[in-house]
Amino acid sequence: MPGLIDLILAGQRVENHFPWSRAVVTPKKWGFAVEQLAEGHWSLLGLWGEPGAVHMALLDESAGDIGVASLECPSGRYPSVGRLHPPALRLERAAADLFGLLPQGAPDTRQWLDHGHWGVSYPLSTRVRTSAATAFPYSFLPAEGESLHQIPVGPVHAGIIEPGHFRFTASGETVVRLEQRLGYAHKGIEGLMAGSDIDRAAKLAGRTSGDSTVAYSLAFARAVEAALGVQVPPRAVWLRALMAELERLANHLGDIGAICNDAAFALMHAHCGVLRERVLRASDAAFGHRLMRDCIVPGGVASFLSDEGTTALRSLIAEIRQRFPALVELYDNTASLQDRTVATGRLKVELARQYRAGGYVGRASGRDFDARRNLAYPPYGELAFDVPLLQEGDVNARVWIRIHEVEQSLSLIEQVLRQLPDGPIRVDFAQTNRSHEGMALVEGFRGDILAWLRIGKGGLVERCHLRDPSWFQWPLLEAAIEGNIVADFPLCNKSFNCSYSGHDL
Amino acid sequence: MAVILELAVQGAQMALVLLLAPLLTGFVRKVKARLLRRQGPSLIQPYRDLLRLMRKEVVLADNASWLFRVTPYLIFATTWVGAALIPTFAAGLTFSWTADLIAIVALLGSARFFLALAGMDVGTSFGGIGSSREVMIASLAEPAMLLIVFSLALVAGATQLSTVAAFMGSPEVGLRVSLGMSLIALVMVAIAENARIPVDNPSTHLELTMVHEAMVLEYSGRHLAMIEFAAFLKLLLYVSLISCVFLPWGLASAGAGLESLAPGVVAYVGKLAVCGVLLAVFETAIAKMRVFRVPDFLGAALMLALLGTLLLFVSRSL
Repeated sequence: MPGLIDLILAGQRVENHFPWSRAVVTPKKWGFAVEQLAEGHWSLLGLWGEPGAVHMALLDESAGDIGVASLECPSGRYPSVGRLHPPALRLERAAADLFGLLPQGAPDTRQWLDHGHWGVSYPLSTRVRTSAATAFPYSFLPAEGESLHQIPVGPVHAGIIEPGHFRFTASGETVVRLEQRLGYAHKGIEGLMAGSDIDRAAKLAGRTSGDSTVAYSLAFARAVEAALGVQVPPRAVWLRALMAELERLANHLGDIGAICNDAAFALMHAHCGVLRERVLRASDAAFGHRLMRDCIVPGGVASFLSDEGTTALRSLIAEIRQRFPALVELYDNTASLQDRTVATGRLKVELARQYRAGGYVGRASGRDFDARRNLAYPPYGELAFDVPLLQEGDVNARVWIRIHEVEQSLSLIEQVLRQLPDGPIRVDFAQTNRSHEGMALVEGFRGDILAWLRIGKGGLVERCHLRDPSWFQWPLLEAAIEGNIVADFPLCNKSFNCSYSGHDL
Repeated sequence: MAVILELAVQGAQMALVLLLAPLLTGFVRKVKARLLRRQGPSLIQPYRDLLRLMRKEVVLADNASWLFRVTPYLIFATTWVGAALIPTFAAGLTFSWTADLIAIVALLGSARFFLALAGMDVGTSFGGIGSSREVMIASLAEPAMLLIVFSLALVAGATQLSTVAAFMGSPEVGLRVSLGMSLIALVMVAIAENARIPVDNPSTHLELTMVHEAMVLEYSGRHLAMIEFAAFLKLLLYVSLISCVFLPWGLASAGAGLESLAPGVVAYVGKLAVCGVLLAVFETAIAKMRVFRVPDFLGAALMLALLGTLLLFVSRSL
């Protein structure tokens, strides 16, 4: 069986694409790659378009290879990937809305990001058309049977959360089908990035999903550095890992509390909230911003870690180490809470593998992948940490993965603080006039974030695509809720905690 | 003159429950917040909320019927009457002959009936979900409540609350297993009826998990104020009922002079505070149960009440 490398080698290699290769392939080879995806030999990292071409990032987990296959489609049509490999469906629908690229044979051609409010169709293609800014009816998938009823929820919710529409078909209290409709938080990030300089594009990348701003900045910066061959100074590399772990710590602590709060156990929420706030304040003391937004820039980091910052981080670690175990015990010993989380919202191992679910969603359902370990991007190769793995796939398992990751992050922060090298934190890099392409895969708290970009004339970003881990997690939530009761949906949803903003771009 | 005085005391009782009800809810919220290491809203926040809602415009759905508009006042009125009938600080008031346990259960039952209808009136899915869950809970809570009433009536020989309270305060009660079971069952019913954790979460924003809140999602302005007020009154009603029947100490007896009313009021406020703290502690220590576990919970209450009644048939001294 030919590997991913062979596919790329057989195609027409694109120059200046780093660190992995990209090749323009023939429709036949494209079809072969789709088959490999459908059979589960390779996994799909992302699928995105640009005028006249469609790209697909692939991962061959057994060989550890990553590659991008591109198919030129001047007519705007290409053979659908989603036809055989459902995880690609929403990516294809998004590419169709933005670029007018039509997947041939796709089972689902409804619009996804475009709700008819933009006033234009195919805004990023070369054939932008103005259209009336009126919403069109959206047909949800039918569910038939006796005494089924529909419950529409959102996009405006009773609490202050992001917008998304959920259409439940229920039989009494039991959910028969859930269908999501997303795209309400579309900001046009890819359109704004096209033609902007790298500094502005880096800022935009950091605003894709507010809770993952460090991970997005890091993914974007690494892609730029890969494209231009920039060597980042060691201290900056280590500081980046420090920020990434602090972000993971804050988000996981917040999530653990919020999941318990959705089971009306406010005690955990209050205590985890205190710890999360401590992490944010320590981050502010160390890097000058609570969420560390814009602290990672292409070429290094923007904020220096002072001695006071180091002290704040050390006392933060000591405090969490002292108080977190009691919270874990509280979670584990509260029978009424366990009754809610155990066996609720079970995600099957096969589905997690098929959709390549990243982060806690995948790792709670037996998918052993962590970009920090599998790709070992610096400095994680020099750090010792475990990647927790569970098979149960229920809400409880997703909470436990988070608990273990909190412990791992604490240890990682300690290791980074111990080994932090001295030196400069940022390098300038030369602008070139040649076309350069780069990509990066970075582990955010939700899972792996893919960044791909092409830098063109004058050092401007020509095309940049950012793929949130939620693209592959949202569809799994639909599967996980089936057969559960309607009232358990908030709990399941919180345990997935997918990003609306990062997904809607 | 004596008649006017008695009417005045009865009126004072009606005003007292109205005044204290928001305070009790505010107090429970405050204690819960302090248990979570939060500052919490001020004790008088529920009064402010009511005032704010009263001033706000009412937004009605196009297809809302007269029932939808009338229900808030109905609920408020029946709950207020129910709360005012229970001997809070004094027994044997002018209208105490109407303070019959079965009448109170019926008043609350009709309030619930209309609220469930109003929840479905506008035709939104949340209202329907809320009403269906509420009726599921009610279908188990009401029989349990009636069995508790039977137990009490068998022990005290009456369903009239002043008589029950007088009997419970007298030394001939002694320690009875059936009363202990009734107390536990009554507390469970009270938790379910008042939409408290673990049956419902009064402070949730999650539409899909709501029971009581889902039914009233479409209400706004003064209508919502009435419904909120009725919910405050209902909590006070149940706490008053429990303290009247099981903690009747300090209750001014029938025909006592004005001077004995003051200690009665103090004792009543003290009982409310103790029950409020206990409720807050209980709610903090437990997570909400699955909707389908609620029948188990209320089934236990029903069985306890039934056992209590059966024990009394076995022996009147149990």
